[in-house]
Amino acid sequence: MQAQQAPRTLFEKIWSRHSIMQRPDGQVLLYIDQHLVQDGSAPAFEMLRQRGITPRVPSRAFATPDHYVPTDSRDLATMADPEKRQMATALMQDAARAGIRSFDLDDPRQGILHVVGPEQGLSWPGTVIVCGDSHTSTHGAVGALAFGIGATEVCQVLATQSLWQRRPKTMRIAVDGRLAAGVCAKDVILAIIGKIGAAGAVGHVIEYAGSTIASLSMEGRLTVCNMSIEAGARAGMIAPDDTTISYLAGRPFSPAGKAWEEQVGRWRALPSDPDARFDREANLSAHEIEPMVTWGTSPEDVVAVTGRVPDPAAAGQPQRREAMQRALAYMGLTPGTCMAEVPIDRVFIGSCTNGRIEDLRSAAAVVRDRKVASGVAAWVVPGSGVVKAQAEAEGLHHIFRAAGFEWRYAGCSMCLGTNGDIGAPGQRIASTTNRNFVGRQGAGVRTHLMSPMMAAAAAVTGRLSDVRQLMAGGMA
Amino acid sequence: MSLKPFERLDAIAVPITQPNLDTDQILPARYLQKPRANNFGEYLFRDLRFGKDGSEQAGFVLNQTPYRDGRIILAARNFGCGSSREHAVWALHDYGFRAVIAPSFGDIFYANALKNGLLPIPLPEPSVLAMLDTVQAAPGSRMVVDLEAQTVLAPDGASHTFDINAFSKHCLLKGLDELGYTLGLLDQIADFERRFEQAGS
Ligand code: SF4
Repeated sequence: MQAQQAPRTLFEKIWSRHSIMQRPDGQVLLYIDQHLVQDGSAPAFEMLRQRGITPRVPSRAFATPDHYVPTDSRDLATMADPEKRQMATALMQDAARAGIRSFDLDDPRQGILHVVGPEQGLSWPGTVIVCGDSHTSTHGAVGALAFGIGATEVCQVLATQSLWQRRPKTMRIAVDGRLAAGVCAKDVILAIIGKIGAAGAVGHVIEYAGSTIASLSMEGRLTVCNMSIEAGARAGMIAPDDTTISYLAGRPFSPAGKAWEEQVGRWRALPSDPDARFDREANLSAHEIEPMVTWGTSPEDVVAVTGRVPDPAAAGQPQRREAMQRALAYMGLTPGTCMAEVPIDRVFIGSCTNGRIEDLRSAAAVVRDRKVASGVAAWVVPGSGVVKAQAEAEGLHHIFRAAGFEWRYAGCSMCLGTNGDIGAPGQRIASTTNRNFVGRQGAGVRTHLMSPMMAAAAAVTGRLSDVRQLMAGGMA
Repeated sequence: MSLKPFERLDAIAVPITQPNLDTDQILPARYLQKPRANNFGEYLFRDLRFGKDGSEQAGFVLNQTPYRDGRIILAARNFGCGSSREHAVWALHDYGFRAVIAPSFGDIFYANALKNGLLPIPLPEPSVLAMLDTVQAAPGSRMVVDLEAQTVLAPDGASHTFDINAFSKHCLLKGLDELGYTLGLLDQIADFERRFEQAGS
C-alpha cells in the first residue's frame, strides 16, 4: 500500500507509523513500544504517585537495576550510603507495584539496561524505545528509534505510553572500507565524534551506513549507536539486515513462530529507500581510522594513539583554546606528549558501550599470557549477568584473573560511579566507557576513552599503548 | 501539577564560556539519588563552585559578586549535553535561574528545561559570542527576556528574536504542564493503540 510513496528513510518509516497525532505547533505525539526503566526512576514514579496515576501499559515496560548496584557482590547491604542503596530497592518496589516485568539484582539476567534489552530480544527493529537514560540510543543498532528522556517524560510515558516530540532532522554518516586489525567499532565512533564534534549532530537522528557499518557484528553496532549522544544526536540507528535478524532469532523475548515470520517480513521493509534524502550527510573512510584515545574532557577531544597531545596554541578560536587549556590542566597533560607515553593507574573494561561478550573476548585476547603492569588496578565488569556467564563458560574470567584483573558482577560501576565504584583524585583511567567528562569517574579522576583491546593493552603495559604494536610483539 | 507562570525577566546574565558544558558539571552524579524535595540549587555546579573542603572557588563565575544574583545563563555551544538527568535543570531552577541563552543545547536538556519553568533560548552563535564579550567586559550587565514577544534584549540594546514551539510557550506563560494536557487525550491514544496492535506490533 505504500509502494507509491516518496522514498523514505528508516527514521521516517518508524516515525510515521508511531505518530498518534500532530499538535498545531508541529509536535507529534509518538506511541512508545518499549519503555526501559532504570534505577534512577524513583522521581518519575513519585511524580506519578502525586497525581494518583498508575502506569497505563505495564506490559510495554521493563526494568532492571544497573546504576546503583554493587559489583563486588550481589548484596545491596554492602553499599554504604542508604540513599543509594534505596534506589535499586525503590525500582524493584515500583516495578512490582505497577506490574512491570523486572530482573532483580539476584536474577542471573540482570545487567545494564542497554546490554540486557538487545540481549533478551526486548529491543525490536522498527519500534520506538525510550528510557530515562541518554544512552538509550544504543538500541538503535537493531533498527529502532531509541532515545533518552528526562524524569518528567518518564512519568508521561508511564502515564500515557506516549511522548510529544519535535521532529528531529536526519543525518546519514557513511563509513566505508575495511577496518584494520586492532581497530574496532569503538574506534569508528570515536573517529566520527572527533570529526563532527560533540555538538555535531544536535537535533538530528543519525543513520549509520556504509560497508564498514554493515560489516560490524551486532555488538559492534551497539557500541557505535551507544555513543550517538556523545555527538549530540537525538538517536543513532542502523538498518536491520541479516546480522540483526540472526542476532535476534531465538532470544527470550523475540517474537517466535508465526509472529517471528511476520515481524521479519516487516523488518525487511525498514531500511531507508535507495533515494531517500537526509538533511545532512557525512562520510568517513575506514582506512583512515586508527585505534583512538581521548586526551581531554569531551569525547570530541580524541586522537589516534599514534598521535600527540594537541597544543591549544594551535586552536583557531579563542574559546576552543581556552577549553583545551582547561581540559589539559584537568587531565595533567602537556602539549606535544606522545599519547602512547602516558602512564595510567587504573583500567576499567565494561559499561553499556563495551561490556558485551565480544568486547570481553577481544580484551582477553590481548591479556592472555600477559600480566597487568605493577601498580595498575584493572577491572572487568561485564555488562550483564548473561555476558558474565557466557564469558565464564569460555574461560575468559580465568584469563583476566590470571593476569591480575578483578572479575566483577554486572552493573554500570565505574562508568558513572553512582554505586560508589570511583577512582581517587588524580588517578588516570584507561576506560572503555563513553564519557570522559570532568569528575565522571570520581572527583579529579582523569578518564581516557578507548576500545576494550586498547584498555587491555594499557593494563598490561601500564600506559596508553597501541594495541597493534603490542600484538605484533613490538612491546614488552 | 502547576508551575509558576513565566514572567518577563530582567536580570543579570552569568557568562559561561566553556562549550559543551555537560550535565555532569551542572549537577554531579553523586546527588542523583536525592529526592526532588531537596534544594538542588545547593548542588548546582558543585565541583566548579566549591573545593573539596566545601570552600568557594573564587575563580568560578557564580562566586563573583555581581553574578551571585544572576537569573540568566549566557552560555557557549551545546550547553547541557550528556546525561538525561533532569536534576541538572532542577539545580539551575532551584538556584534561581529562569533562562539559559546558548547557540545550542543538548536535546534532552532542552526538553527537560521547558518542562520545569527554565526557558532555553537558542540564538545564533555569533550573537551569543558577542553578548558573552559584552557581559564579560561589563560584569553585572542585565538582559531582558520577554517570552510573550519571544525577544531577548542584549546589554547593548539590540533585540534578538528567538524560537520556541507555541505549545511550550503557552504552558510556560500559564504555568501549565504537558502531562495534564496529554492525559486529556487518553481516548485518542487508546484508539491509536487498538489500531496499532491490530496491525501487528
Ligand atoms: S554504563 Fe554508564 S552510560 Fe551506560 S547506562 Fe550505565 S552509567 Fe549510563
